[in-house]
Amino acid sequence: MLFIGTPFELNRIMIIRIIVMIAIILFFWLALRKRSMIPGRAQSLAEMGLDLVRVNIAEDLLGKKDGRRFLPLLTTIFFLVLVMNITGIVPAMNIAGTSLIGLPLILAVVAYVTFIYAGVKKHPATFFKNALFPPGVPWPLYIIVTPIEFVSTFVLRPVTLTLRLLMNMIVGHLLLVLFFLATSFFFFEADGLFKLFGIGTFAFGIVFTLFEVLVAVLQAYVFTLLTTVYIQLALADEH
Amino acid sequence: MDTTTVAALSGNIATIGYGLAAIGPAIGVGIVVGKTIESVARQPELQGRLTVLMYIGIAFTEALAFIGIATYFIFTAGQ
Repeated sequence: MLFIGTPFELNRIMIIRIIVMIAIILFFWLALRKRSMIPGRAQSLAEMGLDLVRVNIAEDLLGKKDGRRFLPLLTTIFFLVLVMNITGIVPAMNIAGTSLIGLPLILAVVAYVTFIYAGVKKHPATFFKNALFPPGVPWPLYIIVTPIEFVSTFVLRPVTLTLRLLMNMIVGHLLLVLFFLATSFFFFEADGLFKLFGIGTFAFGIVFTLFEVLVAVLQAYVFTLLTTVYIQLALADEH
Repeated sequence: MDTTTVAALSGNIATIGYGLAAIGPAIGVGIVVGKTIESVARQPELQGRLTVLMYIGIAFTEALAFIGIATYFIFTAGQ
């Protein structure tokens, strides 16, 4: 904790979030400050990430024109989630910036507002009607369909976006804590042959650390992808 | 524990609840990935598109498991 007792009280996760924010800005500023035709290492890394969001997510799902429109938002979400997740395995930080509900919730609300905005802008009169009363359904079925559509579109989407990211990070952190605590216990407190178990838990700890890298990248990708899919569904012409 | 009790367990029932909550999504994710592998084996040229669809499918399916974990925190927060 820093600045205890002042309005600027910071806990560990807030400090990590601030460091991550500065790191992202510094990285992109340094990597793309002097752009050259033959990219250096930092520049090609930055371009690889930007390209992944632009080509594989935005343009692939939304098409060239709409992809360009929502690209800044999608890129921001992707890199913010990615770097915040990666801090979960960076030594001396060891906890993901996304493992408190605030950040995932804010991002989910942004995604929620964006896809409703996109839908209302594209179909001002029919967006909510099409979302709640899908055409081509015999009218008595609306009694069942409309509540289901309402819950799944307007309630469960932001909730699952938040929970998926948050729980992945919490569970990953708990797993690593369990493995390394068990290692410490077996090595320093258990006696006799039990010390051998420590080797196993330590190996699993390392393996799961690597697994967490995969999860971090995958969750950033999935979060961005789902935001894009929701925007795409809102923009779709007919339902 | 009185003398008529034959067996007793202590702990939190929420852990068993999470175990139950994980069964459905586990089967679901298995089916999604299995079917994707099957389709890629049939039409390897569609792999890129199918992988994206697979991730979307997995994301929707595993959401239930994460709601399962969240219920533990929700129910223990009130106590």
